Amino acid sequence: MIEEKNSDTPKFPLRGTGGLAYVLQLADNALILGQRNAEWCGHGPVLEQDIAITNISLDLIGQARYLYQYAATLYNGFSVEEQHAVNALLPRPWKAFNRELQEDDLGMLREERQFLNLLITELPKGDWAQTTLRQFFFSAFQYLQYTQLQNSTDEQLAAIAEKSLNEVAYHLRWSSEGVIRLGDGTEESNRRITAALEELWMFTGEMFAPVAFETQAVQEGYGVDVASLKESWLNRVTTVFEEATLTVPKNTWAQSGGKEGKHTEHLGYLLTEMQYLQRTYPNAVW
Amino acid sequence: MNKLIIKQYYGDYDAIKGGANNATPQKENKSNNSSSNSPLGAGGEWPLWEVFIRSKQGLDHKHVGSLHAVDAEMAIENARDVYTRRQEGISIWVVESKYVHASNPDEAESFYEPASDKIYRHPTLYDLPDELTHM
Repeated sequence: MIEEKNSDTPKFPLRGTGGLAYVLQLADNALILGQRNAEWCGHGPVLEQDIAITNISLDLIGQARYLYQYAATLYNGFSVEEQHAVNALLPRPWKAFNRELQEDDLGMLREERQFLNLLITELPKGDWAQTTLRQFFFSAFQYLQYTQLQNSTDEQLAAIAEKSLNEVAYHLRWSSEGVIRLGDGTEESNRRITAALEELWMFTGEMFAPVAFETQAVQEGYGVDVASLKESWLNRVTTVFEEATLTVPKNTWAQSGGKEGKHTEHLGYLLTEMQYLQRTYPNAVW
Repeated sequence: MNKLIIKQYYGDYDAIKGGANNATPQKENKSNNSSSNSPLGAGGEWPLWEVFIRSKQGLDHKHVGSLHAVDAEMAIENARDVYTRRQEGISIWVVESKYVHASNPDEAESFYEPASDKIYRHPTLYDLPDELTHM
């Protein structure tokens, strides 16, 4: 657990709906993608890759935990008016418990429309090519985002970003190498990853289209301007695709809505599985 | 020869002995269209690599196991994922198994027995201080 500095004069630059939503958005990305990668556990094509993808999943879930813990701490420190302002983001079952907000409540009891993750993270894991390519697209973005997040005016976010950066660097390396080997591999692997590319490309645009709370975060200094990351991201993708003998698609139309709570049909099924235990046995402990 | 018991040898000894290389299991028909010299078939067709990990600066790399990978880069990454999960080490070496030449266990007697009755080769007459731990 990352220590909070200066607990006697707490720094809450994240007041209001905008601030809490920003932290939740980062956490949801990590949690949902972690959940998707975890579906490979025991089903990987090769033992070493099975372990690799589940390691990545654990890294992501760890990041999600830090961020949810921070979001819960923030909320518990809000004034009554501020708490009312973010009501729509909070899980309804938790309100019946009459206790402080905890990380698990945010991850395990919210509904689809309250999740703010990118659409690309909730897509089904597909085959190995789809998982590897999706991880590459996301990690390339997350690496740039976290590098800049280290400069956030909010100390906790900066600390979380700095700690997670090593993990994300490895995810990026692993997935880039995977994409190169699949693209420049056999006929079958190239066919599969090309099919994956056609499926996934339209979900990459959303990463660089800021929504209201992100714009507010940038203005107040604690957030990252995602639109500015696009060029570096595209450069990285182009470099890797050249080695992988893949072509970067030219179309620019992008799916969107994830960061506003409007999700694909896949998220419902994912949450049903993930949240089943917590919802069926409220307040259960190991 | 008893066909029920198959001796497995490390490294390249199988190839010398004329037996099946333990890195490539017998597969009659491959359902995918990979060509025979392509390394990206199923995991079983990938070469086997031996992994050595150095746990602390100054110590030697120890053999921790083996894994399949397509090439050296991938072998390093797989070794990192599989063998350093619990902080086992800070440095990884990988060597393709076919480059490890191992001694023949059948010749163990003639190789190692003769040294057992030559105690004059051991420096047993020196008193080592207790503080020396890695001697």
